[in-house]
Amino acid sequence: MKLRLKIWREGGEFPKGQFQTYQMDDVNPDMSFLEMLDVLNERLVAEKKRPIAFEHDCREGICGTCSMVINGYPHGPMQGTTACQLHMRHFKDGETITIEPFRAKAFPVLRDLVVDRSSFDRIIESGGYVAVNTGQAQDANAIPVRKEAADEAFNAATCIGCGACVAACPNASAMLFVSAKVSHLAMLPQGKPEAKRRAQAMVAQMDKEGFGNCSNITACEAECPKEISVENIARMNREYFSSVLGSETNA
Amino acid sequence: MKLDGKVPAGSLSEKWTNYRSTVPLVAPNNKRRIDIIVVGTGLAGASAAATLGELGYNVKVFTFHDSPRRAHSIAAQGGINAAKNYQNDGDSVYRLFYDTIKGGDYRSRESNVHRLAEVSVNIIDQAVAQGVPFAREYGGLLANRSFGGVQVSRTFYARGQTGQQLLLGAYQSLSRQISLGNVEMYNRHEMLDVVIVDGKARGIITRNLLNGKIERHAAHAVVLGTGGYGNVFYLSTNAMNCNVTAAWRATKRGAFMANPCFTQIHPTCIPVSGDYQSKLTLMSESLRNDGRVWVPKKMEDVQAIREGRLKPTDLTEEERDYYLERRYPAFGNLVPRDVASRAAKQVCDEGRGVNQNSLAVYLDFNDAIMRYGRSEAHTRGMHNPDEGTVRQLGEKVVEAKYGNLFEMYEKIKGQNPYKTPMMIYPAVHYTMGGLWVDYNLETNIPGLFAIGEANFSDHGANRLGASALMQGLADGYFVLPYTIGQFLAGEIRTGPIDPDQEPFAEAENNVKGQIDRLLSIDGSQSPESIHRRLGRIMWDYCGMARNAEGLKSARQMIRELREEFWNDLYVAGTNEEYNPELEKAYRVADFLELGELMVVDALDRNESCGGHFREEYQSEEGEALRNDEDYAYVSAWEYKGWDEEPELHKEELVFENVELKTRSYK
Repeated sequence: MKLRLKIWREGGEFPKGQFQTYQMDDVNPDMSFLEMLDVLNERLVAEKKRPIAFEHDCREGICGTCSMVINGYPHGPMQGTTACQLHMRHFKDGETITIEPFRAKAFPVLRDLVVDRSSFDRIIESGGYVAVNTGQAQDANAIPVRKEAADEAFNAATCIGCGACVAACPNASAMLFVSAKVSHLAMLPQGKPEAKRRAQAMVAQMDKEGFGNCSNITACEAECPKEISVENIARMNREYFSSVLGSETNA
Repeated sequence: MKLDGKVPAGSLSEKWTNYRSTVPLVAPNNKRRIDIIVVGTGLAGASAAATLGELGYNVKVFTFHDSPRRAHSIAAQGGINAAKNYQNDGDSVYRLFYDTIKGGDYRSRESNVHRLAEVSVNIIDQAVAQGVPFAREYGGLLANRSFGGVQVSRTFYARGQTGQQLLLGAYQSLSRQISLGNVEMYNRHEMLDVVIVDGKARGIITRNLLNGKIERHAAHAVVLGTGGYGNVFYLSTNAMNCNVTAAWRATKRGAFMANPCFTQIHPTCIPVSGDYQSKLTLMSESLRNDGRVWVPKKMEDVQAIREGRLKPTDLTEEERDYYLERRYPAFGNLVPRDVASRAAKQVCDEGRGVNQNSLAVYLDFNDAIMRYGRSEAHTRGMHNPDEGTVRQLGEKVVEAKYGNLFEMYEKIKGQNPYKTPMMIYPAVHYTMGGLWVDYNLETNIPGLFAIGEANFSDHGANRLGASALMQGLADGYFVLPYTIGQFLAGEIRTGPIDPDQEPFAEAENNVKGQIDRLLSIDGSQSPESIHRRLGRIMWDYCGMARNAEGLKSARQMIRELREEFWNDLYVAGTNEEYNPELEKAYRVADFLELGELMVVDALDRNESCGGHFREEYQSEEGEALRNDEDYAYVSAWEYKGWDEEPELHKEELVFENVELKTRSYK
C-alpha cells in the first residue's frame, strides 16, 4: 500500500507545532498502525532526522499508553480498538492519514504525539480506591457478590486510562474516566462505604485539573477503545447528587 | 564463595510462621526516619510501595512510565493461583507448593516456594477487599478455572484481564499512599545506577525522561521490582519498553544474576507474520482449558492447507494429530508451558506446521463450543436442538469466557476463531532467572532487594501458569514488608543518607559518561536494528532448544555485535530532551551484555530442565533429561567486567520435603 501521512510535530525544530507530510510507499496491510510508524521512524533515523515521538508500550490494547488521533478519531476509526491494535488492512491504498496528539487543556503536549496525562493519576489519588491496608482483609468468600453486580463492576473497571474519552469530547470532559472508577467501586460491597465521599472528591479533583463539563454528547462512549458505557456517568451523577444533597460530607 | 540462602530452621510448614514471629521489627516512631526506594510499579513494586507506605516508612517510588498503572503486569491475562480449595477438589498449600516445585523441574528453593503457597490465600482476600472484580458464580462466590501442570482448579480470574484488575488494585492502594504523603511518586524517571556506600545499597541514579536531568536519590534500602528481561529476544510478549537495565546495572555493581538462561517460551502466541513485526501477542493459557491443539497427520494435508486448497475444518478427526493428548494423556492439552512449547516445535520441525514457514499449530475450540452448546440447550429444556442452535449457544458461552482474547486474535489475524481454529506458536514470555536473592528477598548486596519477576526465586526452570501474578503480589504485599525489617532494624541509628557523598558522585558520572559516549558514536545503525539482530541470535541459539556448539558460536556473535554497537551506533537527538532513541540505546547496550551471560549460563548447565532444553541431554522420547547429581544448584553469576569471564557461585539446592523425580505428565 502507498500512504501519505500528515503528522503533527511539536518541540525541537518545530517549536510552535505544525503538520509534516511523509510518504510511505511500501506498507504491508498486516502491519499494525504503530509498526507502520516504526518503519517510518527507522527511515527517519537512517536519514539522521528526528523520529516521531509517540507513546506506546504493551501493543496489546491494555496498558493505555498509546494516544493519538487518527483521521479525527482518538485511536483511529475502528470501534473498540486502541491505536496499537489497529491494522493497516483497514485503510485504503493511496489514502492520506492525519495523525495528531490527544488535545485537551488538561493533557498538555510534551512532544509530537506525546501528551501529559498525569491529571488522571491525581484524580485516582483523590479517592479512586478502597481505603484498606494490606492484611486487613477477611476471607474472600465471606461476602457474596451478585454475579450481575460483579460483572457490571468489571465492565467499568476495564477502563485503561488512555484518555480517548477526553480527546473525543468537545468539552474535553473526563466524566467517562471518572465515572467508570466511581461506579466500579460503588457497585461492589467493598467500595460502598466510601462511595459518596469518593464521588465528591474525584469530581472536585477533575474540575481542578481543568477538564470540561459533560453535556451528554456521548462521543466518549463511541470512541472508548474499551467501550465503557455512559451509563457509568448516570450512576456517578446519582452518587454525586445524593451525596451533595444528602447528609454525607460536604466536600 | 558459598551462597547462603538464609533459610530459617524448622519444618517446612513452620519456617515462615516462626520467621515472622521472631524477625526484628522497626518501631513505628523509627519507621518514620527510614527511607526506602522502590523501583518499578508493576504488581510487585506497586504492592510493596503501598504496603511499606502503610507501615509508616518514607517511600520513594520510580517508574519510567508516564503513570504507575502502565507497568506490564497490566497485560497478564489468565489468572492468579491460590490454595483456597474453594472448589473442594483436594487443593492445599502443600499441593500448590508441590506443583510449583515439580513444575519448576526441581530447580527452586523449597522454603521460598512453600512460603509463596502459604501467602497465596491472603492475596485473594486482599484483592477482593480492594474491589478487584474477580469472576463469580451465580451464588455470589468466586469462580475458578484450571491452568497447565496441575489437576485442581485454583486459578482466580477476571475474564481475560486478571493482571489489569490486580494491577489497578495495587495502583489504587499506591495512589492512596501517595495522597496521604507516605509515598512520593516519580514517574518518567528511569533508574540507571545503584549507589553502594560502605557495602550497602544506599540510593539510585535516575534520568528524568522528559528533560534528561540526571538525579541522585538516597535511601536506607533499595527495592527493585523492575520485571524480567524477555525483550533480550527482541520479539517477545513483553511490552516494548520492558528492559533489564535496572537489574543489569545492579549486576554490574556486584549483585549476582541467577539462572539467566531460564527463559519461559509460552506455547500459545500469535505466530510471527513479517519482518516489520515489533512484538508478539500472547493468547492466554486459559484457552487450553477448552482448546485442543493439533496439526494434520499427513504431509499432503499440510501442503494443501498451506496452499489454501484445504481448510482446517475440512479435516476429519482421524486426519488430525492431537499430539499433546496423544503424548501426555494424563494432562492432555494442559501440560506445562515448556512441555507444550517443545512439542509444538517438534511437530513444526517435522514440517507439519500449518502456515507458510511451518511455524504454527492449531488451537481448536470447535469441540468446546459444541459441548457448551449442548449443555446450555439442555439447561434451557431444548431436547433435540439442531446443530446451528447448539453452535450458537456454545459460541455465547465461549464468548463469555474468552471474548476479549478471541476479539484480539481477530483484530491481529483478520480471522474469526469461532469459525476456524486459531493458529499459534511459542514465543518468549517470562524469565525465571533474575537477581539472586536469599529468603529475605535480599540480594548479596546488603540493603538491595529484588521482588517479582526481577528476582529468580520461586519458579525454578519453568513457571506454571497464573503463578507470576501470585509471586509478584506475594513478594510485594506479604513477604518483603516483613523481611526488609530484618535489614532496617539495624539502620534506626544511621540517620539520613547524604546524596552528596562520593559514591553518589561517582555513580552519577558513570551514568553521564555512558550517555555521552552513546551520543558521540555517530555511526549509522539504529539501536532498534541492532536489538533485532541480537534477538535473532538469542532465539536461534539460546531459545527453545540449545546445544553446546550453537551456544559457543552465539557468544562470539554477540561479542561482535556489541563491538559493532559501540562503533557504529547512531542515536538521534540529545540527552537534554524527551528522547526515546537514547532510552533504547542504553537499554540495548545492557541487553548485549546480558545476552552473553545467558549463553554462558546455558553452556554451563549440561542438562535439560524446564525451559532450558539442551539437545544433547534428552531421553529417547525427546523429553528433558535432568542431571540432579551435578546440577541441582542455582547458578549465581558475578560480573567481572567488560570482556572478563563472569564468576560462577553455586547455591546448592537442598530438597528435604520432596523427592526428586523425573517430571512426567504422561
